[in-house]
Order: sequence, then C-alpha cells, then structure tokens
Amino acid sequence: MELIFAQVLTGLANAATLFLVASGLSLIFGVTRIVNFAHGSFYMLGAFIGYSLMQVLPGMFGFWFSVLLAGLAVGVIGVIVEICVLRPVYKAPELFQLVATFGVILVIQDLALLTWGAEDVLGPRAPGLKGIVRIFGEPVPKYDLAMIAITPFVLFGLWYLITKTRVGVLVRAATQDREMVGALGVNQAWLFTGVFFLGSAMAGLGGAIQLPKGGADLLMDFNILASIFVVVVIGGMGSLPGAYIAAVLISVLNVFGVSYLPSSTLVLMFVVMAVVLMVKPYGLLGREEVAGEHGQVGEPERPIKPAGPKVRLAVVVLLAALTLIPLFGSSFLSVLATDIIIFCLFAASLHFILGLGGLVSFGHAAFFGGGAYVAALMVSYANTPMELALLLAPLGAGLLAFIIGWVCMRLTGVYFAMLTLAFAQLLWSLVFQWDEFTGGDDGMVDIWPAKWLAGSTSYFYLTLILGVGGILFLRHVAHSPFGYALRASRDSSRQAEATGINTKRVQWLAFAFAGAMAGIAGGLFVFSKGSIFPTELEIARSFDALIVVFLGGVKTLSGAVVGGASLEYLKDQITRFEYWRITLGIIIIVVVILAPEGIVGTARKVGERLGWVREQEGLR
Amino acid sequence: MTEPDAAVLDVRNLSKSFGGIRAVQDVNFSVKKGELLAMIGPNGAGKTTCFNMLMGQLPRTAGEVHLDGENITGLEPRTIWRKGVGRTFQITATYPSMTVIENVQMALMSHHKRIYSILPFATKLYHDEAMALLELVGMPEQAERHCAILAYGDLKRLELAIALGNGPKLLLMDEPTAGMAPTERTKLMQLTADIVREKNISVLFTEHDMDVVFAHAHRVMVLNRGELIANGSVNDIRNDSKVQEVYLGGGNLFSDDEHQHA
Ligand SMILES: Nc1ncnc2c1ncn2[C@@H]1O[C@H](COP(=O)(O)OP(=O)(O)OP(=O)(O)O)[C@@H](O)[C@H]1O
Ligand SMILES: [Mg+2]
Repeated sequence: MELIFAQVLTGLANAATLFLVASGLSLIFGVTRIVNFAHGSFYMLGAFIGYSLMQVLPGMFGFWFSVLLAGLAVGVIGVIVEICVLRPVYKAPELFQLVATFGVILVIQDLALLTWGAEDVLGPRAPGLKGIVRIFGEPVPKYDLAMIAITPFVLFGLWYLITKTRVGVLVRAATQDREMVGALGVNQAWLFTGVFFLGSAMAGLGGAIQLPKGGADLLMDFNILASIFVVVVIGGMGSLPGAYIAAVLISVLNVFGVSYLPSSTLVLMFVVMAVVLMVKPYGLLGREEVAGEHGQVGEPERPIKPAGPKVRLAVVVLLAALTLIPLFGSSFLSVLATDIIIFCLFAASLHFILGLGGLVSFGHAAFFGGGAYVAALMVSYANTPMELALLLAPLGAGLLAFIIGWVCMRLTGVYFAMLTLAFAQLLWSLVFQWDEFTGGDDGMVDIWPAKWLAGSTSYFYLTLILGVGGILFLRHVAHSPFGYALRASRDSSRQAEATGINTKRVQWLAFAFAGAMAGIAGGLFVFSKGSIFPTELEIARSFDALIVVFLGGVKTLSGAVVGGASLEYLKDQITRFEYWRITLGIIIIVVVILAPEGIVGTARKVGERLGWVREQEGLR
Repeated sequence: MTEPDAAVLDVRNLSKSFGGIRAVQDVNFSVKKGELLAMIGPNGAGKTTCFNMLMGQLPRTAGEVHLDGENITGLEPRTIWRKGVGRTFQITATYPSMTVIENVQMALMSHHKRIYSILPFATKLYHDEAMALLELVGMPEQAERHCAILAYGDLKRLELAIALGNGPKLLLMDEPTAGMAPTERTKLMQLTADIVREKNISVLFTEHDMDVVFAHAHRVMVLNRGELIANGSVNDIRNDSKVQEVYLGGGNLFSDDEHQHA
C-alpha cells in the first residue's frame, strides 16, 4: 500500500512535465489548427537553455529564475518560428504546415548539437529541494513534491487565462470558430503569434523544470513527441483539464507499468489511447470535430483526367531512361534507384489514402514495415521462396490495414491520425520486444532474393517493374469508379451518403488497399537490403512518407512520386555531411514557403503563369 | 399502388427534439403520386429537420415514415436513396474536385452499383446518361466545367441532376431556388414541374418565395414552430386565418428572404 502511494506520487510528478508541454501543444492546435511536430524540440530547447542559465545563476532564486527565463526564451523562439516559417504557409492546404514544423525539428536538432554538443547533460539539482522525505516510510524526492504542488497552480493559471480574461475569450472563440475572431475585429495573425508564444513557453518551462529529474539530451524532442500527442488526444484536443487528466493517467500507469510489467512500457500509453478513443472518439473532454467545420483552406482540388497521349509518352520515355540506368550507371546508382523507386511506391500508397481519401494517417509505416516483416518471417521460418514472399507481403500488409482500418474508421481528422499512429507504434513495440520471433532490435538478416535476381542490376529491374507498376496501378485505381467514390466521400460525405455510397466502407477498403500497396514496397525493400529492422516500423518512417506527400503536393499522385524521389535522393546526397539535418531542414522549410502547393502543384501554377500549361478558368 | 391518388410518402406523428427545443412536433402528412407539394414556414419552423428525418440523415424522436407502403423509418440515407428517394440540400452538397458531369456520373455509378470496380475509367461510364440529365436541368454546356467554380444557382441545378440520377419516385428539395434571381427561380420551378409531369415523380419542396410557391405548388403545407398548422390547396392556404396570423404576427413568409442554415 505504501509503495503504491509512493508510486502514484512519482506518477503525479512525472505528469507535471507532460502536462506543461502537452497543454502548450493543445493550445496551439486548438487555435491555429497546426499540428506542431516541433513542439518536442521546444521542450528540448527549454531544457538546454535552462541548463545553461543555471550554470550562471546561482542559488534557489537562480534556479527558479532560470526555469522562467528558459520558458520565456523558448516562447520567443516559438514566435520567431511562427513568424518566419508558419505565417507564409497559413493559406496552404490543411496540415501542410506540419511539414514546415518537421523542417524546424531538423534545424533545431543540429543547432542544439552545435551549441551544447552531443553529450547528455545532467540536470542540476534544485537548491533547497535536494533530499527526500519519507512518506509512510517510502522515500519520495522533495523535488517531486514540488512539481506535484506546482501543477495545479499552472492548470488554474491557464484555466483562468482562458476562461476569465479577454485574451482567453478570443482564444476560445478562435478555437471554436476561426472566422468569428475576424468578426470581433481582432488581428488574427497576432492572436496566432501570441498563442504560439504561450504554447512554446509552456514547452520550454516543461523542459527546464524537469532538469533535476531527467537532464537534457538530443533525443528528448522525439522521445516526448509521441507522449504529448497521446496526452492531448486522450484529453481531447484543445481541452486543458482533459490534458491534465490524461497526463496523470499516462504517467501513473507508466510508473506501475515499469514496476510490474516492464515489457508493456513501450506500448502502454498507445493502448490506453486506443481504448479511450474507441470509447470516446473525441477524447475524454474533447468536443466533437465536425468535418469541414473549420473551413477548407486553399483551393479545391482540380478534376483529374486519364493520361493523354503526351503524358503517356512522357511516362514511356522516363521508363526507358530508367531501364538504361544499370547499363550506363554504376551498381551504386542502381542501388540508389532501387531505394528511390521503393520509397516512391510507399509514398504513392500513402497519397492514395491521404490525397484522394482525405484520411491523414500518421502510421503508414505499419504497412510498409508490416509487409517487409511478413516477407522476412516467411523466408526465415517457412523457407518461402522470394516470389511467394513478395506476394504474401502485400496480402499480409493489406490484411493488417483491413483490421486496423476497421477500428480507426470510426474516428476522423487528427483523432484518426493519432489512432493510426498508435497502432503503428503497437506493431513496432511488438516486433521490438518479441526477440525470439522477430529478432527484436537486431532485426532479421540473410533474406536475399532468389538466385536469378541476385545482383543489384537484376533486382533493380524487378523493382522497376513492381514499383513503377504499383504506382501506375494506384494511378489507375484513382481514375476508376472506386477512386471517384473515394474522392466523393472526401468531398461531401453528405451527398455521397445521400446517393447510395457507403462512405465509411469505401474509405475502409481504400485504407486496406493502400496498406497492401505499401506492403509491396516493404517486400521489395527487405529483399533489396537482405535484412529488416524495427526502424522500418518507426514513427519517423511514417513521417518520412507524410512529409514527402505534402512536399510533393497532396493534390496529385505525381506529387508523391516527385517528392519521394527528391527526398530519397537528397538524403543520399547530404547525409554524408556532419550537419546534414540543418541543411535538409532548411531545404524543407524553403520548399514549403516557396511552394505552398507542393513541388508539383506550384510548378503547375508557375507553368500556367508563364503560359506553358493551359490554365483552368476561373480559379483565381 | 396503382390508384391515381395513392400516397408515395406517408408521414405519421413525426417529432424531433434537440434537447429542450421541439423542432418538429407530431407532424402528419402524405405526398401523393405526381404531386408537387410545398412545405412552407418561417425560418426555424423545422422544415429542414423534417427533411433530414425523412431521408434518414437525422434520427427521429418519434414517428414513422412509409414509402410506397414500406416502413423506411430509421434506415440509412443511402438505403432510402436506393428505394427511390432523391434529395437536394439547403446548403448545396456537391463534389468540388470533380467536373460537373463527373458529379452526375458519380450518382449514376452508384445507382448501377459500380462504385467498387477498379478496372474501367470512371469518366467513360454513363457519360451519355449524365449528359442527358444535364440537358434536362439546362446546363449541358457546363458539363466539363470544374464544379468548384459554378455559380450558386448552377450548383442547385447540378444537385437536381444528381438527385435524378437513380430515377427516383420521390424528390425532396430543400429551398431549390435559394440564391437565384427571380426569373431563374421561375424557370427552375417550371423545369421541376415539367419533370414531375414527364417522369411521374412526386416532389416535396420548401421555399421562401411565395410567388414561386403559389405559382407552381399543387398543394401547400404550413409549418410553424414545428407544428403543421395548415394543409390544403393554394387558395385555401391564402385564405387560412391561422396562416395569416403567422404571416402578420411577425412571420416573414411573404417577404423574400434567404437564410442559409442546414
Ligand atoms: N442540430 C441541431 N441542434 C439543435 N437545434 C437544431 C439543430 N438543427 C436544427 N435545430 C433547431 O431546430 C429548429 C428547426 O430548424 P430547421 O433548420 O429545421 O428550420 P427550417 O424550417 O429549415 O428553417 P430555414 O427556413 O431557416 O431553413 C430551429 O430552431 C433550429 O435552431
Ligand atoms: Mg431549412
């Protein structure tokens, strides 16, 4: 009993940091509708800046002053990011901004590395709160008690700010109805900036205040990212009390998980999230998100047409050029081209569900990695020949997507995205922790193609046929009645349902289909590398595809392909440099700002302006 | 259902409450075959709510709806559509990413149960039928235009073409002429009346423009605060004292106003 009480206290203390950071994320999302992936980076910056300040500001006063200053400093950094990176892209299609925030993550990672070095930093202990106190005989750090005590005040302060002040009224109005703020005569741009300041400052505070417990390191940003999204989603997007309850729930459960069921820790919070969302699709205290409530941002997508003779010719020429690669290039080039095609197919499969279906999946890697693992397991345990394994990969991934899709389909918007992320994470931890079967962290090796395809040249041709074939097939399905029904369900589910279309079922099947196509990419991948590791199931892998689809242009399939090819090539080129992240981050941000419709969409616009492409009537 | 006066739609004791608000209270009426029936009433009277319950978009609080003698209460909109009920919306719902004709083709593909096929090109399916429907509503020359750039009145006509896609026996039209110029309104209602006659369809429509209602409706029902207060011929309604009261007592039935809400 005493132990349990102490454990609850530890959980509550951990919840403090989580709540501080998550409430900032929730505020930012609620008002600006921006899914800010860089929020974890703000948290990391808070920790490092706080650490540096504590080196120069002595004593108890210095400690707490450093925490506050770190918060303010990160708030200012948030404002800089908002003004320089996000303002130019507010008018871009929904969720496009998350690509920009992803670029910010990369930039901040390298800046932190440059400034503070690669070594982990041990946080200074808080003066005056160093020891422990015994509660029912169990040791509890004094600092934990301080954190537990502070959190309700923070919650109350925020709550007061939001519900009782004029600023708060505006923030709430903006959360519920963006247009209304304009009607109230408030400068929306500055309201957004203000909210960004507050939200980032919360993250910075969180980072600094946890220093005595966790210190600072360069992995903090990604490590907390998943947890704070989970907290915000469980609590209900935009709800502060919800975020607090969720933070407590997750932290306390986590402490128990660590003590009693250590193997559960990697998935625990995702399981909790999945359960909560299945029972309450908008989180514990969230408000129902009516689709389209916040207005479609950006131009509507344009009609698509089956490829005309010119496009077909272009595709044939491109294919011909690709087949020449092994003849004229090095084997190194063939390998690179193989990687690129596989990644393009993966991105194109995500585009199918995201672009045509309007369903943003944050967990598409589950099907890429899922397909890869199906193939690898079949080869390792059943001695399956490559040809059959390559067939089973999409079947397995498709089945997986069929099941996951069934569960996720009852949610929409960001909640849908988060549930897909949860399932991907579940799969990842399953693979990661089930060593005996999947090899765990060490992955599975020695999975090579059949003899007739050994060698990078012949495997390149297989990839070319299956990869490009897969992309063309995706394109064809987009033009088929099923693709149209999918777009109809996205455009107006009201009309679609009123004309006999079962929109949920169409989306569900599309999700399964996209999963199967990602599975082909995964199968090709595993034989091209000869091995597979859990990293292929990671969040970062899902995000890669997401970034690429947005960067290339959500509205066209070619966008996903162009984006995929560019990113894979770029990564290959620049990862040789030490500070490649900052380079890539800046490139991403610049592309996002210069090409808010994605590379392909913006290229078309420019073409129209220059008169190279026929312009469509009427669209501003 | 062969006798001339048979009811296509039979609505019994239909009610809807939103929390404390009783939006529709105990409404009874039927729509006869080939009839152009108007449902009028001030803003917030409960017309759209009624439509939403008839088509299954909203669960009802109480009551039953029968289509050609079959109980369709509580069915999904898509099921009711397959049984032959088409609908247009007060706030138009179309597919902005498609061309005008593709919007109509989509309904035809659904009608022919082709939405799960992945082999043919969608644009090549039912092209001529879709064109015929667009001609019917008078917008064939706009077939290849991008739906997102249509004028509001054209969207309304497009919705009508979509709703006719499955050859319905009953059409529910929620303010079909909202957002149109007066001459356009008359034209559209004339067109609707022609379609009703030619295809032997029944139409239930709501409308705020009394000129349109009195010129085209075969019969008029008046809804006020969720209750049906009158039901009769155009002349009956004009002279009904209760209806007059609604008009004169602050109602806005005779004025030409357009409020947009779902
Ligand atoms: N989803 C809802 N939740 C709560 N109240 C609602 C809802 N939908 C409609 N109402 C209320 O029900 C009443 C009837 O609304 P309805 O939209 O059916 O009126 P209407 O006759 O169509 O009006 P209008 O002529 O303006 O279109 C109104 O008081 C409205 O505020
Ligand atoms: Mg209405």
